[in-house]
Amino acid sequence: MDPDANRNDRKRIVFLLGCFLLQPPFLTLFARPAEVLGLPLFYVYLYLAWAGLIVLIALAAGRGKPRGRLGP
Amino acid sequence: MPILPLILAVALGYVGLLFAVAFWADRRAASGRSAIANPYVYALSLAVYCTAWTFYGSVGRAAAEGPAFLPTYLGPTLACALGFTVLRKMIRIGKAHRITSIADFLSSRYGKSAALAATVTCFAVVGLIPYIALQLKAVADGFDILRLAPLIVMPRHLEAKPFLEDTSFHAAWLLALFAMLFGTRKLEATERHEGIVAAVALESIVKLAAFVAVGLLAVAAFGGPAALFGRAAASPRMQEIFAAAHLLSEPFGWALETLLSFLAFLCLPRQFQVTVVENVSEDHLRKALWLFPLYLWAINLFVLPIAVAGSLQFPGGVDADTFSLALPLALHRESVALVAFVGGMSAATAMVIVEAVALATMISNDVVLPFLLRLPGRPPALPRDPRALILGLRRAGIVLVLASGYAYYRAIGQMHSLVALGQISFVAVAQFAPALLGGLYWKHATRRGALGGLVGGYAVWFYTLIVPALVDAGLLGEAILARGPAGLGWLRPVRLLGLEGLNPIAHACFWSLIVNLGLFVGLSLLRAPEANERAQAELFVDAFSFPRRPEAVPLWRGKARVGDLRLLLERFLGPDRTEEALQEFARHHRSRLAPASPADPALVTYAEGLLAGAVGSASARVMVASVVQEKPLRAEEILEILEENRAAISYSRELERLAEELRSANRRLEDLDRLKDEFIATVTHELRTPLAAVRSIAESLQAHPQMPEERRRSLTAIVVKESERLGRLVDQVLDFQRLESRKACTPSLPLDLHEVWREAAAAMRPMLDERGIRLALDAPDTLPPVFGDRDRLLQVAINLLSNALKFCPDHGGRIDIRIEHRGGEVRSVVSDNGPGIPPEDREAVFEPFYQVRRGGRGGRPAGTGLGLAIVRRILEHHGGWIRAESGPEGGAAFHFGLPLQPPPPPPAITP
Repeated sequence: MDPDANRNDRKRIVFLLGCFLLQPPFLTLFARPAEVLGLPLFYVYLYLAWAGLIVLIALAAGRGKPRGRLGP
Repeated sequence: MPILPLILAVALGYVGLLFAVAFWADRRAASGRSAIANPYVYALSLAVYCTAWTFYGSVGRAAAEGPAFLPTYLGPTLACALGFTVLRKMIRIGKAHRITSIADFLSSRYGKSAALAATVTCFAVVGLIPYIALQLKAVADGFDILRLAPLIVMPRHLEAKPFLEDTSFHAAWLLALFAMLFGTRKLEATERHEGIVAAVALESIVKLAAFVAVGLLAVAAFGGPAALFGRAAASPRMQEIFAAAHLLSEPFGWALETLLSFLAFLCLPRQFQVTVVENVSEDHLRKALWLFPLYLWAINLFVLPIAVAGSLQFPGGVDADTFSLALPLALHRESVALVAFVGGMSAATAMVIVEAVALATMISNDVVLPFLLRLPGRPPALPRDPRALILGLRRAGIVLVLASGYAYYRAIGQMHSLVALGQISFVAVAQFAPALLGGLYWKHATRRGALGGLVGGYAVWFYTLIVPALVDAGLLGEAILARGPAGLGWLRPVRLLGLEGLNPIAHACFWSLIVNLGLFVGLSLLRAPEANERAQAELFVDAFSFPRRPEAVPLWRGKARVGDLRLLLERFLGPDRTEEALQEFARHHRSRLAPASPADPALVTYAEGLLAGAVGSASARVMVASVVQEKPLRAEEILEILEENRAAISYSRELERLAEELRSANRRLEDLDRLKDEFIATVTHELRTPLAAVRSIAESLQAHPQMPEERRRSLTAIVVKESERLGRLVDQVLDFQRLESRKACTPSLPLDLHEVWREAAAAMRPMLDERGIRLALDAPDTLPPVFGDRDRLLQVAINLLSNALKFCPDHGGRIDIRIEHRGGEVRSVVSDNGPGIPPEDREAVFEPFYQVRRGGRGGRPAGTGLGLAIVRRILEHHGGWIRAESGPEGGAAFHFGLPLQPPPPPPAITP
């Protein structure tokens, strides 16, 4: 399979996942008076999910590849 | 403490530092050693997104509505998740067409339309005035709060001051000066300003550090995060904020504000400037796509703690928008307050500078110049050297932008919170999004659709957000808000069609984008795009399948002379830059550019591109048209040219791919050749050592016929042993070569591997017993047959056993053989309790003569150095595999597998 097409698909999936995790209705699951280690649950979840999304973006972006050139 | 002089010194010192950094980066750029050409500076420059809104306003919003401040940063994060499709395409197009601004981008996409460019510019300038006013307000408020310390006085309670005593007035002209100095230095074919980018990157670091400092102070002052939140949880309002009650009551608001910031991030003129125009290399995007969201994450981490600490510290009377400053003052940490002031100033000034430069470029390129060019008279009514005029226009644009921002702040700025001001501007620039995104992905989008959508969306924006603001300022009667215009209740500006349940921003965002999108799509479908729109649509939507240089696809026909084009370029770029650019063209196209000779379409397109980089695509089009005789191309002809080029591109990509394959085949051949040479060298070396021993013994026997019998016997024994070794070596080399050339394959027959192992063990038994090594063979009762050459597999088993034998310790040596049927193959594991193989050598042991090259493990190696190489070759011929791992007792373990199906016949070798 074309590696570029594969990577583009991964990127789109990261976007969709981000929309799912950081938007209602899923997000409303955490909108309630609960605590994690003394911190409000909603904010703990949101900042963790946000950080996870950034990691996924970094993974999907991958490393730069040296571009092949024709001839010397 | 004389606080006023101190604040002034710090503020002016900081501005001085910015000037110095910008000056330094410009100098580096001029000498060709760019200071900003790396992904980190690029990511920091994107952080110009975080303004005083973030620094002060978010805290205010968090204190009032809890998490509602966050969607503004989730939108750009999601935009970065899509960055490789959308942002990369924008950058690619921006570079290919030398785009100078968002207005230029839209104009260029829709057939280089001057009308569209002017409309976008006017809407952007008007729409962004509240946003610039917000920054001036933040700087002025910050200054006032700090000036009156230790009293904490809210600036809105202060008397309005005359100009000369008003901080925001001085901030405005200082910023205008900075923008003029570094943003309008000279007219170039690319609208890049390295000095400004460097200064903005520095400011991004400062504002983040300052905000984190305030956040840490807030958390520390209340005894850690858990203690801070625990104390605040006593109040019911805070409980609501912690439980994100706002999200439950307004879920659509959350989604709409995320969408709004997503679109604004793409459409804000300053964001377009740093993302597309100032981008040095498309490759920087890769890192920036996660570094920039990480920056947003970090700067938002302390928003809620500061808001909570501020609410605890000030039960009333202090604006939450000022907590970032008031909190350190109330905690008697004046130094932190000063740092916060500098951070807030950074956030505000970076935004104002970049926005002013971007808007001024738009004003000069997309409104005034096209207007001047349309004045009657041919050639157009421009002076001989229009460069001074254009730079003058930009400077005037900067003054106009800052003056409008200041005026707005004086008129209504004090009545609104920071976030409310900024969001009005966000809705305004989001109106560019349908035309921008549609233009990137929909070839049928037309200029009429874009223009119609923009005007419609803008009208709704004005009606739903600016009219209420005017009512607040007392410029319009209350009646329109309460009962609608002329008593039409369904037309009330904040409840259009009676829509309830959305805050004013979400309400305006929804209606304006719906109207915009409806008109954009509807009008686009109503009539087919014209020829020039069609051409640009192809070049934009399929940006990745065309060459990066637009002159490679010249969509132009007519008559032109090289001399006329040169004169035109010289007027706008100067003689030196023109000469340089034309020489580059001549080199690239191998053509001589005599002044009187006719210019080919590629040169005309090239010249237009160069001009576009200086004055925008709409103006460039008009100017080129004024010095050449054009014969417009029909839409079919344009499509034909584009189609040919697309084919040429895919053909050249195919060639490139084939060349890459050839190169890699060649590299492999070279490797093989080198390996063969090494192999021969090693083999000869290996043969020579025993040969030399035999020869020296023979010579010594010849020279000493009277040698004692005992000595003679021991010497002849060595001769026999060494000749055996030589014979073995020659056999194995031949064997290896046969395997290499795949001549050693015999028909595959089903056979029982357990049986093979038993036979090998029996053959090795004497040697094992001699060294007292225990051998255990563990196999299931029934084993499916594998297919292969029995003698060869026996050779594998014996080679592996002798290898294990070599490395077993002299006392208590142990070799375990385990056979199992797993997943379509039969696996065997041979493990010993010898010293094992270091991980880095586990692949190398299968190379021929590996152990010889490594000097063996303790003295002279016992084998030929080909055993394992032969094993691997045989297994590969059988469609199997082998690898070395570490054994259960630290020794070596060789795992190999053989498939249950017979291997396919080797491919016929054809020349």
